[in-house]
Formats: sequence, structure tokens, C-alpha cells
Amino acid sequence: MRIKKHPILEFPVKKKIEFYFEDKKLEARDGESIAAALIANNIRIFRFSEKKQRPRGLYCAVGKCASCLMEVDGKPNIMTCITPVKQGMKVKRQKGRGDLI
Amino acid sequence: MSEDQNNLNHSTIPEFLTDILPPEERILKRPVAIIECFQEIPCNPCVDSCPQNAISIDEGINRIPQIDYDLCTGCTLCVPKCPGLAIFVVGVDKEDKTKGSVTIPYEFNDLPQIGEEVIGLNRQGKPVTPAVVKKVIVSKITDKTAVITLSLPSEFIHEVRFFKRQSSK
Amino acid sequence: MIRKVQMAVIGGGPAGLSAAVAAASQGVTVEIFDDNFIPGGQLIKQTHKFFGAKQHLCGTRGMDIAQILLDRCTQHNVIINQQATVTGVYANTLGVLYPDKFEEVEFKSLVVATGASENMIRFVNNELPGIYGAGAIQTLMNVFGIRPAQNVLMVGSGNIGLIVSYQLKQAEVEVECIVEALPQVGGYQVHASKIQRMGIPILTNHTIIRAEGNEQEGVTGAIISEIDKDFRPVPGTEKYLSVDTICLAVGLTPLADLLEQCGCKMTTISELGGRVAVHNHYMQTSRPDVFLAGDVSGIEEAVTATLEGQLAGLAAAKYMNIGNPLIIQNKMNEILIQLNEFRDGPFGEKATYGSQRLLKEYSYE
Repeated sequence: MRIKKHPILEFPVKKKIEFYFEDKKLEARDGESIAAALIANNIRIFRFSEKKQRPRGLYCAVGKCASCLMEVDGKPNIMTCITPVKQGMKVKRQKGRGDLI
Repeated sequence: MSEDQNNLNHSTIPEFLTDILPPEERILKRPVAIIECFQEIPCNPCVDSCPQNAISIDEGINRIPQIDYDLCTGCTLCVPKCPGLAIFVVGVDKEDKTKGSVTIPYEFNDLPQIGEEVIGLNRQGKPVTPAVVKKVIVSKITDKTAVITLSLPSEFIHEVRFFKRQSSK
Repeated sequence: MIRKVQMAVIGGGPAGLSAAVAAASQGVTVEIFDDNFIPGGQLIKQTHKFFGAKQHLCGTRGMDIAQILLDRCTQHNVIINQQATVTGVYANTLGVLYPDKFEEVEFKSLVVATGASENMIRFVNNELPGIYGAGAIQTLMNVFGIRPAQNVLMVGSGNIGLIVSYQLKQAEVEVECIVEALPQVGGYQVHASKIQRMGIPILTNHTIIRAEGNEQEGVTGAIISEIDKDFRPVPGTEKYLSVDTICLAVGLTPLADLLEQCGCKMTTISELGGRVAVHNHYMQTSRPDVFLAGDVSGIEEAVTATLEGQLAGLAAAKYMNIGNPLIIQNKMNEILIQLNEFRDGPFGEKATYGSQRLLKEYSYE
């Protein structure tokens, strides 16, 4: 799913990092958002809605719509589209509103 | 999608293309730029791109560009400079009037090779004629927009505006 | 202790960056607060060459313009705070939320350049994963180098829908077709022609009525339909498209909530995209210390956003009595001429009409 060759853009090779999605180890590139890293790994279902448990994923990618909220390192409601992925990060699908600690 | 689904109310063959085309004698003399820009949009890089000052835009930047076909040398420098990729250069071989050429801006992976046989597409993307790649220019000035000249039968010079490679789907 | 800045700018896109540079060039100390972790707003994903005139950097690709503006910020010592979400604007302070802290920042003047958010339209299953705003597709493809789809249905044939369809093809993604609810293409004909000569059909008088999919994969298909002149689906014209992604390019709405919250007089002008803050030529709102620029002042495009940003930055400097007022006034007049020149075509009519309506409301103050 990563673009190797593009007529206009160059994507310099970035450092590979590892993070966890639902306890599974996945690869990401340094400097990309959590949402981008998931989609690069063919994962589009980010959370389930509160009332009808309907699947939700990335929509606006600019931190405006709340469709991509996930649980990151135990914290719910993280906007994964504007949060960079970090080495060792634990990302989980959020169910409903997420519990505030 | 199948063809019957292609319900195009918006034809991109502009009815008034005939109004802007240079006289046939002019095309026979040397290649010439055809500016297919028919809406008043705020844009004028074509004017500065022309070393012959053949392209002009009246008052401001919104009017439709005009080209002086006597000044145009068909050099193709304007082709990659148009942000709308709406400028093409067409020509007809002086010796053999059945042979023509079309120069097209191209911004996709895997540029064709010189001498490669490709399929000339019309403004709706339909295949109309085989063509052969005559020239491929990519330089700092073109800023990643390749300028590709195709050789094709001269009857198609006002119709072919894109191409696909034989290998592509 | 509360941190103090002379001018605060909310948003690091073309309008915010231009406002910051314009004010800083007059000697104002400026800080930008941007909620993303990469600066440049929507410019960084614009791979196409921009329209405009030479002084607007026409013919330069949007992403390269972002770099030029960011370099100018560096030259003028503009501080850009990333992952800095402004949560509220008060009498003379901002509340700023960072991933690990909250701080208050005191300002003398403020430029709000928050941009816009993408519109959504009604159809069955419109929240399935695999339905993206056009901006999201651009971010994935052009910023992060990720191919977001195999084949796409594009909804909307405005310039954004046309340009993103073209960019999808550049990333070797198939675009099944573009549906447009209106009887004609919305964007520039030159952009439509680029799409059509690649064989992508633009179906006017058509819309999406249903997304198909499931909990495991998200979108697996779409049903489109012809619509009548009242935008009602015509029975029997439904078609199923096998696509894994649906891209919505159905317009933008100004992100004006902070302006409304901080007490600026608001009005609704549909030509400008909805709710906007009333402002004058110099982008000053009814709150004299608050200025605005870019899509938040009315949906337009990147060149006008940079021009409005320059105006707002200069006007803010003048308001604070920083810099030479005569030089500033001359510069502002020059920019106003450029803005009028840019909008002086049929595609600028909406913006011109909208800003005239705004001015009327402003002068009633």
C-alpha cells in the first residue's frame, strides 16, 4: 500500500518503527500519523460507535470530525489523524465513548 | 465503466475550437501551440512562458489567453507551464502531409521510450489511432511535467490529446 | 506566569503563515498555533501547479509554496507551535492544549486562520470506513505516500474533486467515475478535461445513494443513481459500482467556531460557505483586535488565502501601532488590487458578492 514511485513526489526512506494494534506488532514509518500507519497496514476500522456499534474509520484527516478516535497507550479519544505514531505505541480500537480515568 | 454509462453532458471538445484554430497554411509552415483554455480563470503563467511574446492576456489575469500564430514557433515551452495542462502543440510534416505530430504534457509514472508505439486517445479518453513517441522532454524548467511529442496521422492532430501505453490496462 | 506574544495566529496553513510573515516583516513578534504535527495546512498535499499571476507564485506546486512560506517564517523568527490546539479565545488570552500540557497565552492582536472542514452529504451507510473526505485522501497519498485505495468513486466535480481524481491516477489508483449532482461540472473545464481525456467519466445529474460494505472491510461498493432537477433519485437508474473507497468532495464549511466564541459578530452567507465573521476589507472583525484570513473568512482557494493573510498580518501590525503606517497602508492597497484582480472573473463572482455583503453588514456597525 506504500507508494514506491510517483511522478511528482519523492518519499525519502524514513526510519522504520514498530507499534502495536490490538496487541499485534505492526510496522510504521517515523513521522507519520497513527491513522496513516494503520491504513498503510490495510486497517481501516478504527473504532465502533456507541449506540449501534457501527464501524468507523478515518474521514477528514485534519482533526475536525472525530471519526478516527482511538485508544492510544490506554488513553481514549485520541485523534489518530493528527497524532504521530511512536515506537512501542499501543493502539486499540475504541468501543463507544471510551472510559475516562 | 461501459460506454452507455458515460453520460457526458459536458463535452470537452469545445465547439469553438474551430474558431481558434490557425489557418491550415500556418500549420503546414511549422508546429503551432493550441491553447484549449476557454474559461475566464485567474491565471497567466502562459504569457511569461513564451520567449516570442506570442501569448497575451488582456487587462488583469482573468481573460482568455490569445496567441499570435505568426509569432508562435511551436517551441513547446508553454506546454509544461500551463497549470491547467491545456496547451498542446500540433504540426504537419511539410514533405508528407499525411504525417502529423501532437505535443502533450504528461505527469505520470514510467515515461514512454522514444520510438515506442502507443495508442492516441481523444478528449474523452477513447482510442483513436496508433501513434509513435517522437520526443520526451523532462528538465528542471518543466518541473516534473514531461513534454511528450507523438507522431501520428495528420488527420488526428486536433483530436488526440492523450495516450496510453500498449502495456497498460 | 502567562506567556505573552504581540500577535498570535491560529492555523499554520497558507493564510496563517502569510499573516505571520507579513506582520513579522513589520517588526511584530509572532507565534503560530497549529493543531497538526506538520506545518503548512492543506498546501503540503497540493502536488499540482497553482493558477494565478507571477506575484502569487503561479505555476509553482502547492507543496513547494508551503516550503517557501515556512522558510520566510524562519527568516522572520516566527515561532510555530505544532500540536497546539487552541481551545478558546478570551479577552486577551488564548487557551492552548498540547499533548502533555495546557497553557494560556496573552496576545495584543489575533489572526484566526483556521481554514475549513469538509462537508458530508446524506446517503445510506455514509459513515462506513473507506469513505474519506478528499483532503484525507490527499494527506494519505501526497504527504505520507500511502496508496489509500484500489478503485474509487469520486463524489463532486468541483475543482477539489477533479484535482484529487487526477492525483489518484498519478498514484496509480483507478477512479471509476465522478458523480456530480448538478447538470454541469463544478470546477474549471481545464481540470475536467485532464480527467476526461484519461477516460474517467463525469456523470452529471448523478449522486451516490448508498455505500455497501461490512464490519470487516468497510466499503466494498457504491450505488449511484441519476437524479432529477429537484435532486430526487430517478427510480430504475441505480447502478452498482464495485469500489473499495468513496471520496467525498462536496464542499467546505468555514471553521469559524473560535470567532463566534470570542464574540465576533457573525452572519450566514451561503456564497462564502456558511457562517462567517463579519469583517472589513482589511480582514478586521467586529472585535478590533481580532483579524481573520483564508477559508475561515469564506471558502475560496489558496492564492486568495495568502493575500488575505498578508492583509490581516499588516492590518494587525497597524492596529498595534507597530511599523510604518504609511508603508503598511501602501502595501495593503497593493494587495487589495491583487485580490480584486484575482477575483475579477466569473469564478471570483461568488467571493466578490460574498465580501460585498459582508462589508455592508460591517458598515452598519
